[in-house]
Amino acid sequence: MTTAAWLTMILTMGIVTAFSAYFFWRVLNTPNKTDSENQ
Amino acid sequence: MSSHKESWGSRVGLVLAMAGNAVGLGNFLRFPVQAVNNGGGAFIIPYLVSFLVMGIPLLWIEWSMGRFGGKSGNHSTPYILDSMAKRNFWKYFGVFGIWTNLAVAAYYCYIESWTMSYVFHSIARTFDGMSQLEVANFFTNYVDVSTTTTGIPFEAPIFYILCLLLNTWILSKGLSHGVERTAKIGMPLLIVFGLFLAIRGWTLGTSGATAEHPDANAIAGMNFLWDPQYESLSDPSVWLAAAGQIFFTLSVGMGTIHCYAAYVRPKDDIALNAMSAGWMNEFVEVVLGSSIVIPIAAGYLGLDWVRDNASFGMAFQTMPFLFENWGPFLAAMAGIFWFGLLFFAGITSSLAMGTPWMGFMRDEFGFSREKGAWSFGGIVLLLGIPTVLFYNYGVFNEYDYWAGTVSLVIFALAESIIFSWIYGIEKGWAEITSGADIRVPGFYKPILKYITPLFLLFVFVGSVFSPLDGNWTEALQSLFSGGGWPLDNGSLIKQVLNTGLREQIVQATDAVARETLETQLFFINGSRFLLMAVFLGICGLVYVAYRKRMKGGTT
Repeated sequence: MTTAAWLTMILTMGIVTAFSAYFFWRVLNTPNKTDSENQ
Repeated sequence: MSSHKESWGSRVGLVLAMAGNAVGLGNFLRFPVQAVNNGGGAFIIPYLVSFLVMGIPLLWIEWSMGRFGGKSGNHSTPYILDSMAKRNFWKYFGVFGIWTNLAVAAYYCYIESWTMSYVFHSIARTFDGMSQLEVANFFTNYVDVSTTTTGIPFEAPIFYILCLLLNTWILSKGLSHGVERTAKIGMPLLIVFGLFLAIRGWTLGTSGATAEHPDANAIAGMNFLWDPQYESLSDPSVWLAAAGQIFFTLSVGMGTIHCYAAYVRPKDDIALNAMSAGWMNEFVEVVLGSSIVIPIAAGYLGLDWVRDNASFGMAFQTMPFLFENWGPFLAAMAGIFWFGLLFFAGITSSLAMGTPWMGFMRDEFGFSREKGAWSFGGIVLLLGIPTVLFYNYGVFNEYDYWAGTVSLVIFALAESIIFSWIYGIEKGWAEITSGADIRVPGFYKPILKYITPLFLLFVFVGSVFSPLDGNWTEALQSLFSGGGWPLDNGSLIKQVLNTGLREQIVQATDAVARETLETQLFFINGSRFLLMAVFLGICGLVYVAYRKRMKGGTT
């Protein structure tokens, strides 16, 4: 693979994986407001 | 409107169901093909730009419209648009948000049924010992109902009906116990299956090279996919392809997101949920979608073959043959994983397509969950059987073009205008940020108001006036030199007129070929008539619902 192809791929996959993991982690760790009010 | 209290069982379940709605077969089959045909690694630039300025804003628009509708008991687009735009006309425009789902489900369930059938054939080792041509012909025979030679009579319609029954049964179990439970099982399995195949794609290297394909190399396939050809960025058709891919991969412009979000409780977040579901879809598409089909095909058949043959059909016509190189056990496993992955991608999307109809009939006509689900299944069966029986006459493609392509762009353009200009960006912004668990960046306000509608207009105009062979430079030169705008046969204008097919009929020298093409034209016009009849039928139901509301004093 060319250096440009490696860089493009790693950068893109890195960005997408990081954002995907971050937002899902936030969802997992933030209860719904309605649920927390009901507790 | 309805006062029923159905809602999501958990936040994770909602996000997985929304991500499942977005993740479809296109993530694995359409994205890599679009990328290799539109600048390789450079394609990712317009792709990500489209995601940021069109995809994310549309997700927020649809999630907030849905939650807004749900607050007043509206769970489908006709009365969601009506409550936001306050004009009689818009409720009929909202019919797109039900019609599109019925029409897309009709042919999408057919593709889904292929994946079910191929899981069965992978277990049964049907492809064992078959040549590449025999595997390709297996699919051709499969979709030709009259000459099925797969060992099961009328296999395609049988699997189609089974698939539709499964969808209907799950829908009848409701949002929490049906759709959400399926997403909670299907999405993790999809990712595990995808990772297994992606690792195989990554580690294949040159081990698949043979005397017939001495240059076969999986890494060359990845290079082909990711090597950026920056000159492609000046080509408008590449930008259109990227915008189109974002559009279809997120399942926006359909009405499904509105419906799912209508069951979110009024105080709960939508901004973070939308981002999580949207980025999860991107992960599946960019990371997994790019690491399976292209490298595995290049690893066994070589880059030249991939360059000439990269298409949607590879999933069924090529992959089973390639898996056979992995030995009996791994070939069966890979077949189960690959078609299982496509099946879960498909079913989590097709289930979403059932909910707008069910929501509408429940809100307006008091249908029970079961009645809504089975009536959905019945309509989809009636609409879908022509796509199964007359697949080779272009009925399937006709449904895909009008319901799965054109109507999405029209509806998304309209909803972005309603949201930002008719309902008003200030109220719209308040709706998006209400209860938000993330800070929504302020620069998205002007993007929502100006850039997203303009971007959608660009996509719409681009499809109406697609230039000959997608060559915008030559078309502009021709226009300014007085030669007019050379329209491609794939442009909306020429599609309406069936120009391409009519030209083929005129050029046909063989009487049998001409008769076949004329029959195809008949079926294409017939399918348009059927789609139009369903659209008008739903308009009629919206009118009846409107009269009921008038009598009840609820509108």
